[in-house]
Order: sequence, then C-alpha cells, then structure tokens
Amino acid sequence: MLVLKFFWEEDMTLKTILLGAVSALAFSGAASAETLTIATVNNGDMIRMQKLTDDFKAKNPGIDLEWVTLEENVLRQRVTTDIATKSGQYDVMTIGIYETPIWGKQGWLAPLDKLTSDAKYDANDLLPPIRSGLTVDGKLYAAPFYGESSMVMYRKDLFDKAGLKMPEKPTWDFIADAARKITNKGSETYGICLRGKAGWGENMAFLTATANSFGARWFDENWKPQFDQPEWKNTLDFYVKLMKDAGPPGASSNGFNENLALFQTGKCGMWIDATVAASFVTNPKESKVADQVGFALAPDNGLGKRGNWLWSWNLAIPAGSKKVEAAEKFIAWATSKDYLNLVAEKEGWANVPPGTRTSLYQNPEYQKAAAFAKMTLDSINAADPKKPTVKPVPYEGVQYVAIPEFQGIGTAVGQQFSAALAGQVSVDQALKNAQQLTEREMAKAGYPKK
Amino acid sequence: MARKVSTKRKLVMTAIAWTLGFLIFFPILWTFLTSFKSEGDAIASPPVFLFFHWTTENYTEVQSRSDYVLHFWNSVIMSVGSTLLGLLIAIPSAWAMAFSPTKRTKDVLMWMLSTKMMPPVGALIPVYLIFRDMGLLDSRIGLVIVLTLINLPIIVWMLYTYFKEIPGEILEAARMDGASLAKEIVYVLTPMAIPGIASTLLLNIILAWNEAFWTLNLTTSRAAPLTTFIASYSSPEGLFYAKLSAASTMAIAPILILGWFSQKQLVRGLTFGAVK
Repeated sequence: MLVLKFFWEEDMTLKTILLGAVSALAFSGAASAETLTIATVNNGDMIRMQKLTDDFKAKNPGIDLEWVTLEENVLRQRVTTDIATKSGQYDVMTIGIYETPIWGKQGWLAPLDKLTSDAKYDANDLLPPIRSGLTVDGKLYAAPFYGESSMVMYRKDLFDKAGLKMPEKPTWDFIADAARKITNKGSETYGICLRGKAGWGENMAFLTATANSFGARWFDENWKPQFDQPEWKNTLDFYVKLMKDAGPPGASSNGFNENLALFQTGKCGMWIDATVAASFVTNPKESKVADQVGFALAPDNGLGKRGNWLWSWNLAIPAGSKKVEAAEKFIAWATSKDYLNLVAEKEGWANVPPGTRTSLYQNPEYQKAAAFAKMTLDSINAADPKKPTVKPVPYEGVQYVAIPEFQGIGTAVGQQFSAALAGQVSVDQALKNAQQLTEREMAKAGYPKK
Repeated sequence: MARKVSTKRKLVMTAIAWTLGFLIFFPILWTFLTSFKSEGDAIASPPVFLFFHWTTENYTEVQSRSDYVLHFWNSVIMSVGSTLLGLLIAIPSAWAMAFSPTKRTKDVLMWMLSTKMMPPVGALIPVYLIFRDMGLLDSRIGLVIVLTLINLPIIVWMLYTYFKEIPGEILEAARMDGASLAKEIVYVLTPMAIPGIASTLLLNIILAWNEAFWTLNLTTSRAAPLTTFIASYSSPEGLFYAKLSAASTMAIAPILILGWFSQKQLVRGLTFGAVK
C-alpha cells in the first residue's frame, strides 16, 4: 500500500486522472451550500428533529443538513471509528453521556465554549446532573438533546385488585412483595419485568444502577473490582430470586424492547426501565394498558441512593472539524429553548424532547400535557454521575463506569449475570467469574493509573 | 432417474418439500406481513397472522423519511459493479488454474480461500485508514473495490470447479485450429461455461447486495446502500418493528424478484457437472 500511496502523492497526472474518475463515479452533484453531515440514532425525538430541518435552514441560509440515522450500536461503532481515526465523515455526532467525558479527555471533541458563554442559549438552564456529566475540567463537550432516567411503571388495576398501594418512593422490599402478590402465572401475569439480556447498556445498566442502591460499587478507590463483596451478592441474589418467583419466562433474553412489548400487551405488573418508555406505554395506539399505568421513583434500600440511572443523548463536534462554526449553530438550534417551543407548536407539548432543561419543567403547559414530567425530573435529579454510589469510587457514571474499557468488561460481566438469571451458573459462581475477568481486564489496561 | 416411483411416495415427498420450503420462506413472509401491520399489531401476543387491520402507513412513513431510490441505486451499482469486475479478474485466473495447473495451484486456491477465514472486523481499521487516506470513504468506487476483493475468492473457486468439468481436449482442438489464447477463452471456454458463469454472477450479486459489514462501516450518506437504509430503522429503545419490516421488505424485494426469475439458471449452474 505504501507504494501505491507514493504514486498517489507523486504522480500528479495519475492522481488527476484517478481523482477525476473517482469523483465522476462517486458524486452525482456537488452542493453549493455548506453541508453538515449529522450522525444520529433512530428514536422518536431524533426523527422529529429531522422533520423540523426546514426551520433551521430558514434561520441559517447557506447551511444544508444531511442526516445519517443508524441503529444505536451501529452508530456507536461508526462514530468511534471515525473519531479515533480522525476521518471527518461527520460534522455533528450524536453521542451518549458515557462517551462524552472519555472523548473530551482524549481531546477528540471541540469544547462548546460559545454555547456556555451565550446568554441567549442559557447553559445554566441545563439540568445540573446532565450538564455535569458532559463537562470535563469545566468545559462543556456536548450539548444534551434529550435526557432520561429510570423509574417504576406499574399497573394501577392490578395493584387495586391485589389491594396494594404504590408509594411515591417505594423500597425494594415493597416492590418484591408486590411483585410476588400480583403474579399469576396461570393467566400469564407476571409481577415484574426486568432486563436480563446481556450487554453493558442492557442488563448491566439496570443491575449497576440497582447495585448502587444496595450499597455496591464496581471499584473501590484503588480500582479494585468489588464483585467479591457482600453488597453485590445481595443485589444479584435479590434479582435472581425475584425474577424466578415473579418474572416472565425466558427473562434472560429480555431487553428494553422485549419488556416494552410484554408490558404493552398487559403481561407485567411492574416494569423498571427508562423514563422514555412512559410515552410509549401511555400511548393508546400502541399500548393495551395505556389508561392503567402509574409511575413511581426507582426503589431504594434506605442507604441514600436510588436504583435509577442517568442517560442522555447529546450533540458534539469532532475536534479538528473544518465546519465548527456551522456545526455550533446547528447544535445551538437543536438544543435551545426555542427548539422546545417549536416542537410544542408543531407536535404538541407531550412530544417535546425531555430531560435537558429546567425551564421546561417549570412550564405549566408541559406539566399539564406530560403526566410523567415530574417523575422524570425527580428521577434525573436523584442521579449524580459524579457521586453515584454510597461508598466513594474513583469513577464517574451511574449505570456505567466512564472508562473506555467498560464496554467490553460490562458486556462480559453482563453475560455472567444473564447466565445466573437463566440458571446456567449459580449466583456465587457468576460473581466469582465477574470478579476474575474484571481483575484481569483492569490489570491488562494498566489500572490503577497514576 | 428411470426408477419407478409410487404415487404415495411422490405425495409424501411433495408434502415434505412444500413444508420445508414454507418453513424456510416463513421469516420473509412474516416480515412482509408485519410491514402491513400497525405497530400495536406487530407486537400482539398471541401474534395475529392474517386477520389484522392492513395498512400501508409504514411504507408511507419510510418513503417520507429516507431516500430509497438513492440507496437502491447504490446497491445496484455496487453489487453489479463488484461482480462484473470480479468476473473480469476471475475468469482468466480460473482458466489458468484449471487448464495449466502447477505444483502450487491447490495452495494458491487455498490461500485465496483463507482470506475469507478471518472475521472482517479484524481488517476494519487498516482498511478504514487506507480508505481515509485515499479519499475513498463514502464513495461508490471504494465499495465496488472492497466488495470485489472480498467476493473474489468465491468467484474464483466457483469458476475453477466449473472449468475443471470442461474437457481439456476441446480447448486443445481449438488451439490446433489456430485459436489464440484470448480467442480460446472468449469463443470456446466462455460459451461452454455460461451456466457456471451465470450462476456465479447471480450468487455474487446476491452476496454483495446483502453485505452488511463493509457497506455499513465504509459509507456515510452519499454511497450508502440499502443495508444502511435498514439499519436506520432498527432501534434497541422503541418498538418500530412494523416500520423496520417495511424497510426490510423494500430492501429485499429487488433481489428476491431477480432471484425468482433467474431461479432456473441458478439451480442449473449450481448442479452443473454433478450428473454426467
């Protein structure tokens, strides 16, 4: 390849001919305006943003938008390859709150100083836990487009039938007790549906957040894995037993979508998952139980931390991009207060992207339109990515550990816990395996770092 | 095939064949049916088979959100382009290996096949960097090149086995009559190997059409084929099965229709040489 590269650079005629041929074949027509290529995930709020592109173009003539929508895992792989090799295929990237601090520290992202200093944009209005998760050394590296936490969704009719009343802030004991009481396997009614499918963003998101409320942590202050501690054993024992008694069959392959389908078809008494699910399960077009759903905060064990997570999808600009100015304009538009008003005007307040701005939750119209607004806000504010656990930890992140190695380790540990749920290994064995593999990977990665 | 087959046996065999065929076809049929359901019906439990409210709203939604025609043409260009380019390289090389084998021919064939043994992700970063430096990311020509390279071993292997079936004496006779090497390949070998070449062509178009690793990783928007079109409707957080099914149906329909019409050719090519 080196030889080829040499010719490429040296032989101008060859280069011209080849380039001519390449561009004739590759491009059907060059756009005159500056075009921003935006990579994003396929979810309702992002799709709505694509439909509102015209508003941005009207306000910013000369900037054209090109959307690349991809499934979450494909998107993560694509943007990571792109940013790590500095290929510059995307001008604006949709990235998670997990990646932002890692990439920010690496110097892969352009800091959004213009936004934080812009009074009209009002960065102080961003919800504090989310803003803090996106900030490295005082610099904001990505602007939140929508944020979510997790909470309990439950069926009011089943609770009434069993003579139960859901408290606003339930404990794990109450949840376990209620789940067992509601379960009627004969009629395919299961007390509780929880994630079991292996993956750092699937079962480990739920289990890590739950473990926080049981007083567990991934690592101690010296980056030593903690799966051999009693807190993790309590968490996993509780989860496996509860799911055996009151969960649906085959739970070890259930992720968000599988549980959503179960809940919407009336098979779950409770479901603890992302706040974004609230708008799906209360939508009468999709859900059979739309008018029977109640919400409560994620449970706790009285230790001062609730079992809810914190996630946001954010817009960021790769460092070294040649279109920083246009990209900044776009991000400012998409994450502004005006954008929320625009969505409200076109699609109604219930469809406004949630979980990013304090002012949205003070808006009486929004409070009226979105029954789950207060619960979402309380859940988000109850999570603190900088101080996620009862005991001190060296890492950031509520349901994840913000280090690059976590995707691999989290998924491997998730496979162990999924196997424990399926009954293929015992809880003790799963924890032992998790401890060993985490120790090995962390040693390989050179932790503790100086 | 001169054996006598009883009617009963025939009936049983036909029934088994149809059942197997239906089982294999069922996932595609299910995708097709789901694409006409509402999102609520798509996740209904127990599932509804035919008696649901049929709707085309998923297709309308998919049409309004994505540029299907662009993705379709990208898929056509890259699958047909890579297959033709591959044949151009593979026909002479398979000819050489089939008719003038050397001591190392078998090793060369094995070596070619060995390139298919590594998971493609292992080569992703180097290929990605080369593409970046040559400005080939998100270009159709880049995709044609990479798909040609990954399918080349299969093309060569298939052609090699077909060519092996052709008696060398016929080529010798042509040479005796004064045919040059090029004429020998074009006028004698190729016509005789047409069924084999046709099935290789079709199979490789299908393989290239469905290739979903390189096409997803090396394209962004302009050169993105139908595989990225499908990927944009899949979502781990949100049930969009009906829309995803509509997108999948639109993506596989062209290749399914092509396969349907060329079925005879494909079967003939794949069993070519089996009966002597």
